[in-house]
Amino acid sequence: MAATQVLKSEWTKIKSVQSTIWTLSLAAIVTIGLGVLISILSKNEFQKMSAQDKLAFDPTFVSFAGMSLGQLAMIVFGVLVVSNEYSTGMIRMSLAAVPQRGTFLFSKITIASALALAVGMVTSFASFFLGQAMLGDLRADIGDPGVLRAVVGGGLYMTLIALFSMGVASMLRSQVLALGVLMPFFFLLAPILGNVSATKKVGQYLPDQAGSKIMQVVAPAGDDAPYGPWGGLLIMALWVAAAVAGGYVLLRKRDA
Amino acid sequence: MIELTGLTKRYGEKVAVDHLTFTVRPGIVTGFLGPNGAGKSTTMRMVLGLDNPTAGDVRIDGKHYADLRDPLKYIGALLDAKAMHGGRNAYNHLLCLAQSNGIPRSRVSEVLETVGLTSVAKKRAKGFSMGMGQRLGIAGALLGDPEILMFDEPVNGLDPEGIHWIRNLMKALASQGRTVFVSSHLMSEMALTADHLVVIGQGRLLADTSMAGFIRENSRSYVRLRSPEQERLRDVMHEAGITAVSAANGSLEVDGVTSEQLGELAARHQLVLHELSPQQASLEEAFMRLTAESVEYHAHSDGDRPEPPGAGWGAGVQQPKRKGV
Repeated sequence: MAATQVLKSEWTKIKSVQSTIWTLSLAAIVTIGLGVLISILSKNEFQKMSAQDKLAFDPTFVSFAGMSLGQLAMIVFGVLVVSNEYSTGMIRMSLAAVPQRGTFLFSKITIASALALAVGMVTSFASFFLGQAMLGDLRADIGDPGVLRAVVGGGLYMTLIALFSMGVASMLRSQVLALGVLMPFFFLLAPILGNVSATKKVGQYLPDQAGSKIMQVVAPAGDDAPYGPWGGLLIMALWVAAAVAGGYVLLRKRDA
Repeated sequence: MIELTGLTKRYGEKVAVDHLTFTVRPGIVTGFLGPNGAGKSTTMRMVLGLDNPTAGDVRIDGKHYADLRDPLKYIGALLDAKAMHGGRNAYNHLLCLAQSNGIPRSRVSEVLETVGLTSVAKKRAKGFSMGMGQRLGIAGALLGDPEILMFDEPVNGLDPEGIHWIRNLMKALASQGRTVFVSSHLMSEMALTADHLVVIGQGRLLADTSMAGFIRENSRSYVRLRSPEQERLRDVMHEAGITAVSAANGSLEVDGVTSEQLGELAARHQLVLHELSPQQASLEEAFMRLTAESVEYHAHSDGDRPEPPGAGWGAGVQQPKRKGV
């Protein structure tokens, strides 16, 4: 079984369903749109900020403000790519055609991640440049220290979110279950745990809390995270690796 | 050729497939017959390596499924007509399967033509009727031009024209020297298409025989007699060396003697007959007899009444445990 054959097959699969276009374009539009909106609001509010807040003002990170909502569409993309196989029964045809389950899963994940990376990078750069355009004289320049890293990191962050969702969906199989776990986790639970001082020590190691550090150029006031931007991304990557490995192990031994 | 040796699948306490050993040979249609829940689909999923056997082994042309390179070129299967993404069109559904096994794109159009779906190739599968879905599933099975074909209940939900088409297709595939393995829960359907018969019940092998042999052994012909003077009739036949068996409904059944002979015998002794009818046991009856022991979910007959609805609140929650018969 040549892996290139399976990659080709997975590419045909992903581009022949509408949910791919829906979820990815929603992720881009929401992230960019909300980023632009919040950049405009921030510029107008800047004069009213305290001196401390002004000092910690991070124009790059502000333009990524849409990510918290846009990532939900990325999660849906990642979940659907995998769980569609199960909800439709296609999985039995797929595994009959490709009995090497590792080849099947990793080909699917490779194609979907490559697509998420392309969309993530475009989204991240567009969010940055449009957001900075709105910020006027508060804007950061792509050449400023740490800015390019943050913008590239934004694209990587979106890709890792999609990948994590694929791993979780491989373990849970059901899309209702996978979305029911991931949505509240990323939208409610992780932000709360990561920002309430009592739980922050643990919460800061959650995938999105650690991963989003890569998009910061100026450390927020009172930030005492024990990891840097790349360290944070690495923590997120470990979560992703664990989810995908879990999905692989279960797929290998389960009946289809 | 598909070879099963001691193939067993257990789900906890429940045995779905129980030490199945048989071989599906090329050049003929092999019918895989059993009541609902007998383990046919589980067996087929194990053949395709989708479910792991608890014990035993199944080989395709001597190899394990997972060791086949481009398996669709060895064995094509229709498991479930609905096993496809409804949002994908027929062409792309087949294309992604073809690409995974290095099958050329041109073959996709070919099989669509074979199953008569060319005109709806660009339509999404969710708009397909049951029959069209079944045809698309069969197109998927034919994609790799495999030597072995396996169909799970292919006539389910098809109209008469579609059923006719599938029967002819299976016979044509077998006459090309291919191995054709088809499951059904209908004996009558198998009698029309299969050359060889494998019957299972509750996961166990009940018969592995040629269709002709099964018909010879099981299509018993006999004569049914009813008379107000049943005892005298019995004595008269006994004197003539004819053995009669009492049937459940009070009639007598006689094997190996024509109705003409019996009618003349009764006339000679001036016996009144209320019935004198030649009977042929149908294959369906033979199949039912064979599997009667193993049918898992009996419909409740008069002698086996369901428990009366329990009095009081919550009685419905405590379902009586149903044991395999």
